[in-house]
Amino acid sequence: MIEHVENPILEIHDLTVSYDRKPVLWDIDLTLPEGKLIGIVGPNGAGKSTLIKAIMNLIPSNSGYVKLFDEHLEKVRNRISYVPQKESVDWDFPASSLDVVLMGRYGQLGLLKKPRKADKEVAMDCLRKVGMDAFAKRQISQLSGGQQQRVFLARALAQQADLYFMDEPFAGVDAATEKTIIDLLRSMSQQGKTVIVVHHDLQSVTRYFDWVLLLNLRLIASGPVESTFTQELLQETYGGKLTLLSEVSNLMRKEGFPHRELRKGKSS
Amino acid sequence: MKNLIDFFSFTDSSTRYVVLGVLLLMSSSSVVGTFTFLKKKALVGDAVAHSVLPGVCLAFMLAGNKNPVWLITGAFITGWISLYLIDTISAKSKIKEDTAIGLILSVFFGVGILLLTIIQHSGNAEQSGLNSFLFGQAAALVGKDLYVFGGVALVLLTTITLFFKELSLLTFDEAFARSIGLPVRALELLLTTLTVLAVVVGIQAVGVVLMAAILITPAAAARFWTDDIKTMIALAAFFGAVSGLVGTYISYVYENMPTGPWIVMIISGIAFTSFFFAPKKGILHKLFRQIRIKNKMNQENILKLLYQLGEEGKDFFVSRSISDITTRRPFPMRRLIKGLRTLKRQGFLKEKQRQWTLTKEGKLKGQRIVKLHRLWELYLTEYLRIAPDHVHEDAETIEHILTPELEARLEQLLDYPSVDPHASEIPYNH
Ligand SMILES: Nc1ncnc2c1ncn2[C@@H]1O[C@H](COP(=O)(O)OP(=O)(O)OP(=O)(O)O)[C@@H](O)[C@H]1O
Ligand SMILES: [Mg+2]
Repeated sequence: MIEHVENPILEIHDLTVSYDRKPVLWDIDLTLPEGKLIGIVGPNGAGKSTLIKAIMNLIPSNSGYVKLFDEHLEKVRNRISYVPQKESVDWDFPASSLDVVLMGRYGQLGLLKKPRKADKEVAMDCLRKVGMDAFAKRQISQLSGGQQQRVFLARALAQQADLYFMDEPFAGVDAATEKTIIDLLRSMSQQGKTVIVVHHDLQSVTRYFDWVLLLNLRLIASGPVESTFTQELLQETYGGKLTLLSEVSNLMRKEGFPHRELRKGKSS
Repeated sequence: MKNLIDFFSFTDSSTRYVVLGVLLLMSSSSVVGTFTFLKKKALVGDAVAHSVLPGVCLAFMLAGNKNPVWLITGAFITGWISLYLIDTISAKSKIKEDTAIGLILSVFFGVGILLLTIIQHSGNAEQSGLNSFLFGQAAALVGKDLYVFGGVALVLLTTITLFFKELSLLTFDEAFARSIGLPVRALELLLTTLTVLAVVVGIQAVGVVLMAAILITPAAAARFWTDDIKTMIALAAFFGAVSGLVGTYISYVYENMPTGPWIVMIISGIAFTSFFFAPKKGILHKLFRQIRIKNKMNQENILKLLYQLGEEGKDFFVSRSISDITTRRPFPMRRLIKGLRTLKRQGFLKEKQRQWTLTKEGKLKGQRIVKLHRLWELYLTEYLRIAPDHVHEDAETIEHILTPELEARLEQLLDYPSVDPHASEIPYNH
């Protein structure tokens, strides 16, 4: 049930990732089309965040390779934006919303250069797009969870990338914010950008996404929502069929078994 | 007094150098410490500080003199090794980071003290003053030492300024920093190196035992005053410099007094002061605000009550005694009297022979509170579907909070209703 495409924007070949010798992603093979709004769906601990991190080379992989725009990551970093899970940072950090959004400009700016007025204007503009311009000067710990999520989104917009990876941008936001965000993502994809989103709410998958990945330690399906988001495949993703796989994983960690040798140099 | 003038007029050139040196050392370690603080690595800072001692001693033993370049190199090497060991132990074994820190800190410090004792018994005439690395002796900062330590401090300040943007991003969101291709590994290494260097220069003034306080406390104090990282860094540098200056002065006045403990006392004093007095985040500010709110609620409750009494008697300007008020609502007597006096002073009440009467302004104010109370009750029952017998308590507090803007929106939303859920009339000021 894994549908492949011509001229993919993202190609993953035989990717295996483990933590502490325990494999959490097995042999992922995947191609994704350009300009679509793409959902990654799967139960807790399925390895959704891990997949994105492995693509961004934030964690080492045991085997396989990832190509973006038919290139290696290093060459196309400036065209890619990554939005981590909101919980991954300390929101007590002494910074304002605007400061955080400005960080989205650092990639283009390069080392040692200060943000210029133009960068600040882009940042303000991005805050406006997510409806947070009134909170530009607000310290980030004084924002609600949904507002923090929107600040993260504005930071991603400020990167002006072509391909976006977002880890649960809808987590902990209310219905109104969710609508703001999805509208924004839609308009981005209409402008030809590709947006890949980790998503938890199965109810809204068919409404939100053009394409969907079903993931649970391995890739169960990848394809257009209409043909892929089926009862049967969902059953396979969320049902208990994979207990064997995770038991083997645990065993491998306990015995200190190498899956495949961790490749030198790739471990960042 | 004479001392004070002597010291701060810098007539004595050696004092001048010492002061300059201390200012540089303290501000640079506070600036680097701000990142240590924000990364929540206070304990790591402490471990490095203790771990430089064996390096200092070894360098002295090998070189046979107190050449600052050697001492800094030695300190730098053992400081770095300790950090490396802490990282490796906590990453590669089941031992948690805090345990690893405790382990490394005590082993290195133990070895350091051992070496120091050996040196002291060796009879090397040069060794006097090496002790000062334990508790700091800023006065020892003269001549060549000053140039070396001051130079390192300047390098620290410059590097932080240059890499400010990268270091702050790294501290806030490492994953994102990596995703945009920042050389995160190299930057971490840089920050670690800066931390070790900050410790190395700081110990001259403060000593290894108390060095961690200098790394962390100025930043912690600064955090109370600001939400902006740049301001925070500047404030930390300022607090560090001030405490260094005062500490040095005290040890200048009382000869042979170590500088470190005094500097730490003063920076702690600054931190406590910030904790109590800083605007917004300080304890005292919060306390005052609570008292202010309590007083305001008390006064408004009195006006409201007098208005309600007037409503019942259809005359708002009747004079009433204190017992008229308390029979209706049991105010604590002291609060009631205090509230009445304040209201009189503010012109909302008049008093004649212990009889209290609303002024026109007082009536208006009481009326507004009553109106807000009833509007809120109505809002709760109509919009939130809360039973009418449950809404009173809520309204008791909300009536004091609502701003005129919210009041207007509430009126509009409810379309200027005439009665509340208990059929009491809602008074408007037409
Ligand atoms: N840093 C880590 N060290 C060890 N194991 C980890 C680490 N991070 C994740 N794991 C494990 O890897 C598996 C996949 O985790 P991952 O975070 O990718 O799941 P997820 O699909 O994003 O889940 P969620 O929906 O809860 O966010 C889980 O079993 C988790 O326990
Ligand atoms: Mg996740």
